[in-house]
Amino acid sequence: MAVHPFLEKMNQTPHAKELGIQLVSAEKNTVTLKLPFNDAIIGDPISRVIHGGAITTLIDTASGASVFQAQDSLRALATLDLRVDYSRPAATGKDVYAVAECYQMTHSIAFSRVTVFTTDIEKPIATALATFMRSNKEFPVG
Amino acid sequence: MNLVEKINAIKANQDDAALVELIPYANFIGVQTKLVNGSIISSLPFKKSNVGNPAIPALHGGAIAGFMENAALFHLLWQIELVTIPKIIDFSIDYLLPGRSECSYSQCDIIRLGRRIALCNIKTWQDNDLQPIALARAHFLLSENDPVNEG
Repeated sequence: MAVHPFLEKMNQTPHAKELGIQLVSAEKNTVTLKLPFNDAIIGDPISRVIHGGAITTLIDTASGASVFQAQDSLRALATLDLRVDYSRPAATGKDVYAVAECYQMTHSIAFSRVTVFTTDIEKPIATALATFMRSNKEFPVG
Repeated sequence: MNLVEKINAIKANQDDAALVELIPYANFIGVQTKLVNGSIISSLPFKKSNVGNPAIPALHGGAIAGFMENAALFHLLWQIELVTIPKIIDFSIDYLLPGRSECSYSQCDIIRLGRRIALCNIKTWQDNDLQPIALARAHFLLSENDPVNEG
């Protein structure tokens, strides 16, 4: 796998770092990130599944990274909207992976779709769509 | 004490702060709560670890979304009688303004409450509630039991 310094940078935003999000792999237009299981991000104390909020952060980060990958630069992005469908609960104790693909890009707008799973991508725990506005500035924007 | 008893005790004591202790993720991002006219307003004091763009600095869109989903969860737990934590079915968010380095607030409205499904609208703002930074909607799966509307 090639080294993608800008993707590493993306994963080191304070909140992604706090969650321990890691870059697993990157191809053209496609990025895979991992969210390690952690007791601190549980959303339901009985079933002990990860809170949807942590999954949404993984999705937002992965879809943004897929756009960075597709444009091969750190041109800044602002998330316009994000939609997540939860197909099944994540098994507790399992790390969560997100594969994001930037499938469409114009001068101003980028679209990404994301599949979230634990062990089998054919049995996703969530699927998502995200739309981004592209800036002319580099991330992070000062 | 099982979860239902815990939640009922929290409600009986009007101890909304104890809800945060119930949901580890809420604690993780630093959610606080306040009771206004019997309904829960969630707040998220600014915290460096919730930042997505360190240069502005702006809150991570995922942290804002998680805060809003959790605000809906707290609102549901407070307003209706449940036996389990509601399960998220889908979540959709529109980002309107960057989340600046100040406290954020979320309020949830239940748009439709069925026997098994609740549809929620969530609004998040910072200094001015007329200028929300994000709007979201979410469906939750409730328990199989008949919910009892206390509102």
